[in-house]
Parts: sequence; structure tokens; C-alpha cells
Amino acid sequence: MEEVGIVSYGANIPRYRIKTEEIASVWGKDGRSISEGLGISEKSVPSVDQDTATISVEAARAALKRCAINPKDIGAIYIGSESHPYAVKPTGTIVGEAIGATPDLMVADFEFACKAGTAAIQTCMGLVLSGMIRYGLAIGADTSQAAPGDALEYSAAAGGAAFIIGKDQIVARINHTCSFTTDTPDFWRRAERKYPSHGGRFTGAPAYFKHITSCAANMMNHMGTKPDDYDYAVFHQPNGKFPIAVAQKLGFSFEQIKQGLIVSFIGNTYSGASPIGLSSVLDVAKPGDRIFVTSYGSGAGSDSFDLTVTDAIKDLKRKNAPSIAQMVADKEYISYGVYAKITDLLYWE
Amino acid sequence: MGEAVARFWREIPQRYNFMGNKCGSCERIFFPPREACPFCRRKSMGKMQEVQLTGKGEVVTYTIIHVGPEEFEEQVPYPIAIIKLEEGPQITGQIVDCSIDDIHIGLKVESTFRRIQAEGYTGAIYYGYKFKKCE
Repeated sequence: MEEVGIVSYGANIPRYRIKTEEIASVWGKDGRSISEGLGISEKSVPSVDQDTATISVEAARAALKRCAINPKDIGAIYIGSESHPYAVKPTGTIVGEAIGATPDLMVADFEFACKAGTAAIQTCMGLVLSGMIRYGLAIGADTSQAAPGDALEYSAAAGGAAFIIGKDQIVARINHTCSFTTDTPDFWRRAERKYPSHGGRFTGAPAYFKHITSCAANMMNHMGTKPDDYDYAVFHQPNGKFPIAVAQKLGFSFEQIKQGLIVSFIGNTYSGASPIGLSSVLDVAKPGDRIFVTSYGSGAGSDSFDLTVTDAIKDLKRKNAPSIAQMVADKEYISYGVYAKITDLLYWE
Repeated sequence: MGEAVARFWREIPQRYNFMGNKCGSCERIFFPPREACPFCRRKSMGKMQEVQLTGKGEVVTYTIIHVGPEEFEEQVPYPIAIIKLEEGPQITGQIVDCSIDDIHIGLKVESTFRRIQAEGYTGAIYYGYKFKKCE
């Protein structure tokens, strides 16, 4: 089979941060114990002029800055998010125009809770391998919503990453992908509602852990690999605890997941979470490194990827756009009052 | 439909991608693009060529807005600067992701894609450029 993989990547994380302890103090909770319990010390917050479209455009432009491809050669853009700015009017149209990829272009917006971005990667892989397009742009981005006072408020964050998928100049070959999907209502947002609802503890064992471990085990069965064969592993990160626990369950070490574990510093970026984790690994990856990725989206499903970094990573102009570490470090703290104003909480339903 | 929809749609190439134009007679570059060169006037007719600008430039002067228009009230205080683009044109733009104390004349800036305004909760959302400090 012909090779397919990541040709370039880019990410975007808004600059505002709010500390877990600041949110907890508003609701009369013990911030330190919540922070330790979730494994999240602060989360990113979009400013009033940032949304999934602006994050996606910035991430896509970062990916284009690092490589030499002509945006007109991008034949498809799929953006996974659960916070598309419009309910009807695709975010991909805005991104396509802003990177100069229109008008000979396939576009659709995806939604699959936190794994819509990795679903977009799979779709682009299929179109590239079939020869229907030369390059596809897959983006996972969110400005996630959380009801005031809900447990999600400590983690729901903003950010995203973009991947150009193609057959030539591949910096990370995708050796295989597989998915694991069931009907599991652990987390949802009903149509026309502002905030999501969730099943509390039900989001753990039958949802996150079952899907990720099953999908990851299937992947290693297909490939005949074991955790030790990988240099890095990235798992969906709704909080700082779940990915560490799932890695341990599967037999991956903390050293393997450390580089891709960003949730503790920016919160859960939903559709952006696994893509940002993978971007952080690509920031430091060397030729020959093998990367294991398993995303998770409530509802529920997981997508696994087995990647091998190629020699072409040395030619990728990684410094042409900020690394995840740089974006994590570039921050400005805000109070809960400012947070409430800019995230529209003052007008909540 | 909001009255501004068609106007913003027409301006997408310049608002999203810094598409300016150049007078084929005197080679002056304009942003936003002009129908005709105000210097060469008739001689420029039919000779205006599209030019892709970089969106990078330098702060010529700036002011801090403390009483903003309705759509920008949530953002006060915020800086508005006159920016001289690398290619020559001077334009007005908002500077974001930067502490007000860090802004100064001569600051190097580059464009960033942001939401400019929205028509309430039901109307269209308009996107375009703002500026941030160059890395």
C-alpha cells in the first residue's frame, strides 16, 4: 500500500489562563484539592475575539509556514469541533478562504465530541490514498463550554491543532489507524443548548477507559506491537489523571506520555486535546521515533494511530511557528470576573 | 440578513489575506486596494494589479481606547495603532495579546486572524485581521 502521513502540523492556544484555585474560590470549594484531584492547575481561555474558526485558521497557517506546499493543492478541509461558531455555516469555509485554499475544495465540519479532529485525519487519509485529493487538512479545535459551577468548568479549555495529510514529504508516516465505536451516553449536549451534560462517574470505566483500552489493544494486535515499541504515546486528556491511568493500564510508562501530556497546563481542549498532544511530540520528534496516539470522543469512540517519524522531519521548518511549549508558556492570568465576561457567562441560559 | 453581510463578503480577500493592489503606472502599493491610483488617476485605469501583502509591519503611533463602540465595549481598554506595513501602506489596526505597557512606537507586529464583530446573537460573524507582537 502507498504511504500516507503527516506532511506538516501547526497549533494554536489562546493566551488567557484561569487558575483552578480562582474558579474554586468563587464556588466555595477547596481549589488545591480540586487541582490535585483533576491534575489541572490552570486552563486556557479564549478572548472575546477568538473562537474555533480563529484557532483553526491560526493552526492551519502555522502548519503552512512550516512546509512549502501550495495551499491550492489542499483538496479537502475537515474541522472537528463541538464549538463551531455557527450551527449552520461551516467553519471550514472560513479556514479555506483564510489560507487561500478555495474554491476547488471539499469542506465539511465534523462533530464527535473530543475525537472529531482525529476522525478528520482518518477522512483525509482515505481521500489521499484513493487519489481523490493531493493534500487534506484535518483540524481539531474547540472553545469548549462548561456550565458555571459544573465540574467541567475547571477543565473546559480552548485550543486546536491542524495536520496536513498527504503522500509526499511525509514527516510522520501513519502506519495504521483503527477505531472503536459504541453507543455510550457518557457526555452530550442537546441541540440548541448552550452547555453539555454528563454522566459524572459514568464517564470513566464504561466510557473513556473501555474505548481507549479496546481501541489501543486492537491497534497493537493489528500491528503486532507492544507498548515498549513506541517512543511516545498520546492519549485523550480530559483531565490530568485519566491519561496517566489509561497509559498505566495499557503498559505505557509516564516517560512515554510526558511530552504529549499538556492538559495540566491548559486544561481539556476537547477536539484539540489529542491533536495538541501529538503536536507537542512532533515538536521534539527525531527520525525513526514511533508514536502511538489514541483519542477519545464521548458518545462514544476512540481512534488509534501508529506513526513513524521520517527523515523529512529534519527539513520541516519547525521553528517557523511557535512550539506547544512556547504557547503554553506565553500566558496572561485573568480573574473569574473577567472569565465570566469574556466567555459569555453573564448571559447564560 | 444584516445590511453589512454583502459589504464584509466583498472585503474578504483584504480582511482575511491582506490582498492589496499596485498601480501599474507608478508602482505605489495600496491597502485596502483602490479602484484607481490617486496619484496617476486616469493613467492607472486598467493597470491596478493585485498584490499579496505579508501583514507584517511596525507601529507608527497608537492610542488606548477607554470608551469603545458598542461592539468593542467588552475589550476596553485596548490599543489601536497606525501600522506601517512592510510594503509601505499605513493602516489602522487593533493590537491584541500584548500588555498595554509593552506597546511602543516602532514595535514590530504581524497580523493574526480574529473575530472582529458579530451582529448580536443571531446575525453573521465577521472575521479579519488584528495585530500581535512579532515573535
